[in-house]
Amino acid sequence: MLTYIVRRLLAAVGLLLVISLITFWIFFVLPQWAGQTPQSMAAGYVGRQQNPAALQAVIDHFGFDKPLFVQYFDYIVGIVGGRTYSDGVSLIHCNAPCFGYSFKNFEQVWPTLLSRAPVTLSIAIGAGVLWLVFGVLSGVISAVRKGSIADRASMGIALAGVALPVYFVGPLLEALTGQWSTKYVPFLSNPLQWAQHLLIPWIALAFGYAALYARMTRAGMLDALNEDFVRTARAKGVKERKVLYKHALRSALTPIITIFGMDLGTVLGGAVLLEVAFSLPGLGLLAVNSIQQDDFPVIMGVTLIAAFFIVGANIVVDVLYAFVDPRVRLS
Amino acid sequence: MSGRHGKSAPAVESDPGGSEGFSRGPGRRRAPEPEPAPAHEPAPHEPAPLDVDLSIEYELTRFPEFAGRREDWGTQPFLDVRDLRVHFPTEDGVVKSVDGISFRVERGKTLGIVGESGSGKSVTSLSLLGLHKRPDKRGRGGARISGEIWLDGEDLINAAPERLEELRGDKLAMIFQDPLSAMHPYYTVGEQIAEAYLAHNRASKAVARKRTIEMLDRVGIPQPDARVDDYPHQYSGGMRQRAMIAMSLICNPELLIADEPTTALDVTVQAQILDLMRDLQQEFNSALIIITHDLGVVAELADDIMVMYAGKAVEYGPAKTVFTEPEHPYTWGLLGSMPRLDRAVQARLLPIPGSPPSLINVPAGCAFHPRCRFAELIGGRCTEQIPQLADNSRKHLVSCHLRPDQRRSLFAERIAPQL
Repeated sequence: MLTYIVRRLLAAVGLLLVISLITFWIFFVLPQWAGQTPQSMAAGYVGRQQNPAALQAVIDHFGFDKPLFVQYFDYIVGIVGGRTYSDGVSLIHCNAPCFGYSFKNFEQVWPTLLSRAPVTLSIAIGAGVLWLVFGVLSGVISAVRKGSIADRASMGIALAGVALPVYFVGPLLEALTGQWSTKYVPFLSNPLQWAQHLLIPWIALAFGYAALYARMTRAGMLDALNEDFVRTARAKGVKERKVLYKHALRSALTPIITIFGMDLGTVLGGAVLLEVAFSLPGLGLLAVNSIQQDDFPVIMGVTLIAAFFIVGANIVVDVLYAFVDPRVRLS
Repeated sequence: MSGRHGKSAPAVESDPGGSEGFSRGPGRRRAPEPEPAPAHEPAPHEPAPLDVDLSIEYELTRFPEFAGRREDWGTQPFLDVRDLRVHFPTEDGVVKSVDGISFRVERGKTLGIVGESGSGKSVTSLSLLGLHKRPDKRGRGGARISGEIWLDGEDLINAAPERLEELRGDKLAMIFQDPLSAMHPYYTVGEQIAEAYLAHNRASKAVARKRTIEMLDRVGIPQPDARVDDYPHQYSGGMRQRAMIAMSLICNPELLIADEPTTALDVTVQAQILDLMRDLQQEFNSALIIITHDLGVVAELADDIMVMYAGKAVEYGPAKTVFTEPEHPYTWGLLGSMPRLDRAVQARLLPIPGSPPSLINVPAGCAFHPRCRFAELIGGRCTEQIPQLADNSRKHLVSCHLRPDQRRSLFAERIAPQL
């Protein structure tokens, strides 16, 4: 088991390197292939004063004139050991892990990411709990009372949940609740307000996911209820309630856990639509803002952190799976 | 044949008091809840379908000493199934999986139910446990079940679901066909066996575990105190079936139903499992029903054999006579398609032509007539009239339009030499 985890972690590092290579290629190499010169790429950063000195300064910041592999190597080394940028006048030191330096906002990327992460984390945790609990609960009820009014109602709502995007549900909820503040308050400064202010964003994000989970749980439960081992449990005289949660739900939950890990990882990388809709200063909003500003180092940083969360969630899910399913554990 | 038929029906109808004493033993218990839906209430004097009457006649001929003493009929058999019908209404029509079968099993005795896939064997066994698919609250889907099932004087058809829950696994237990899919992959074998014990006994987990280990030992699992913590996928096929048997026997059931218990196993293991089941049955003196398509299995174990075709019994009698003097062409077909090693020259197997009928559109008349080589001997009757299960005066019941003497000579001249 331990060697398995170590192997997975090494593979994950390799995967993240590949992802960084691809994003680097997209933002710094592809433009040059498309005919951009170091000067024209730098021009996007300089703004109105297009004097050669300023252009050259930007080229020096990024190292646009260096060979591509050197640029990439510098970037990776920077992540591990920090990096010093020179704009010809002064030196700018970027501490490890250095994911680059935003010359738009004159900030290091990593501290920016760190300051935005708690918002996204708060969104993900609250919404994740909500959608897991309500999705699985209504899925189980639907499956057990298949064809009943409760089943039809929850599956109808679930259909709406899958169909309605978060930027529709969010404003709708805001309109319905009136002047409910959704301004982010850090958990440590006021936990109550933190939860209160995030409640509507949580519901808005969880709605769609809960709908999906309800449908998956219902299908999984219906499958499980037809399994031979459920019939065996009944033949043993096990109480029906226990048959449902101990035998059927247990096997229906396994795929749900897998998907939950993946979804949570995705949201941790930034709930873009939600954060924009509610102006929550998380990673998703950061990504959108930096795309609008052509702030490549920040975009790369957000992309890498999102990739990190997804790859990490994948590993957690795989390890968890081995604990849930004994057949995986021993092979 | 029809004459025999005509005689026997009035014989029972003229005897209403006997029927009363027969079915309502003093040991009968009812769940304390109010009367169940009147639709299910069996009316004792309703003119019952003929095969029920004939099964009574069957008893009379089988135990001739009872024939004249009506009061002795009151000794109700341990398991008494009468005119059981399990129908599944579907969009395409009603699937008559079980269509009026009657049988009885005493403690310590074994009934083999034999037939092809889709003949209603498994549905029969599931309905005995009340595990057939039930309709939802609006009465849609699920099975319509009618007839009577009496277990030790208790009416199972009308029993409350909670009462059936108490009985299942305790007084009547079941061994399923494919032990890998019949066991939960996420729980250890020990947990699953102990669960059956804890469902019916107030005991600590430690006690249940101890009992589980004893039971695993009893069914021949090596190192039971270590293997008890293994998962089903770590067991071999034969061991899984042993564990399944341990699970079903842990509460000493009085009725054990084994649905194709050896089908998923290889031949050497099959023999071991059958030996084990026979030993355990004798030890616990339980009634055993073995459901199989394999005549070899019932030849080993059964006292009585019921051959099913398209939801009905076509031949029912003591195992010995069903094997040595089978009278129904379908039974002949089953015997002919059974591989045998006890002959010097391995003759070709004789498959039954055609395939089992759809249970929605069962052929008119005798359900077997499209596949029967002898239907033309009778002319039109096989295609028009449903044959009734009737005594052949040789201690077993056959449902065929051929006259008993015709059947015997056909078997002796044309079938037996090929077997």
